[in-house]
Amino acid sequence: MAIEVRIPTILRSYTGGAKVVDGAGDTLGDLLTDLDSRHAGLRGRLVTEAGALHRFVNVYVNDEDVRFLGALDAKLSDGDSVTILPAVAGGAFGFAAAAAISQHAVAAR
Amino acid sequence: MHVLSIDRSIIDAIVAHARRDHPDEACGVVAGPVGSDTPTRHIPMDNAARSMTFYEFDSMEHLRVWREMDDRDEEPVVIYHSHTATEAYPSRTDVSFAGEPGAHYLLVSTREPDSEEIRSFRIVDGVVTEEPVRIVEAAVDPHAVQSYMFGQSPATVDYECSGR
Repeated sequence: MAIEVRIPTILRSYTGGAKVVDGAGDTLGDLLTDLDSRHAGLRGRLVTEAGALHRFVNVYVNDEDVRFLGALDAKLSDGDSVTILPAVAGGAFGFAAAAAISQHAVAAR
Repeated sequence: MHVLSIDRSIIDAIVAHARRDHPDEACGVVAGPVGSDTPTRHIPMDNAARSMTFYEFDSMEHLRVWREMDDRDEEPVVIYHSHTATEAYPSRTDVSFAGEPGAHYLLVSTREPDSEEIRSFRIVDGVVTEEPVRIVEAAVDPHAVQSYMFGQSPATVDYECSGR
């Protein structure tokens, strides 16, 4: 089962520069595990140690944000297209919540 | 050293967007042809956070705009946002989230009602490097350029004092 995965610029160091890679899996979680077997480290940039999708990474299946499809449990089918985009976010103050989350994002690099 | 060269009309549109959304932070993109380092198409984005201290692109608008750029062989040359009560310098939060190492991160401060502070930065692997902003007066004369040379220290430079 082939699923096309679009990789953002900042994560192409894990795919040898490739913008699009193929993967397999019945769910998004399975797909990321499959990708990590060939592109080691990629999954760790998208999934927290607690096993949840990072708050500030957007993942889409076709035209839908996976947060509305069950996140890592989102079901995939042959021919689906998965797009990964790091959230574009920021702001004037490192208030507590943002700081905690962003530190997490940095730690995952 | 990197320089951001950008058309006056685009800067004016970004400032107008920042003023319109003030006191909330405004955010957006200026797309340009891949590899050109030339920002040509201004795309104001919604701030999904609708906050005075935080911005975040709406995830569905983000996908739509990034796909559109892909289809047009464009990339995000400039990613901009406003700070509405502080200087136009990347905060720790900005640095942590910066995910486009090839982009110019443009910041506009609207804390002064009558003048804007406009500064540009590269943010790569958590390292912030300020760069000069060259505003090109294309509507008047494509060769007429005003340079806004900002130092590497975060000293405040008033945009209005630079000959606008």
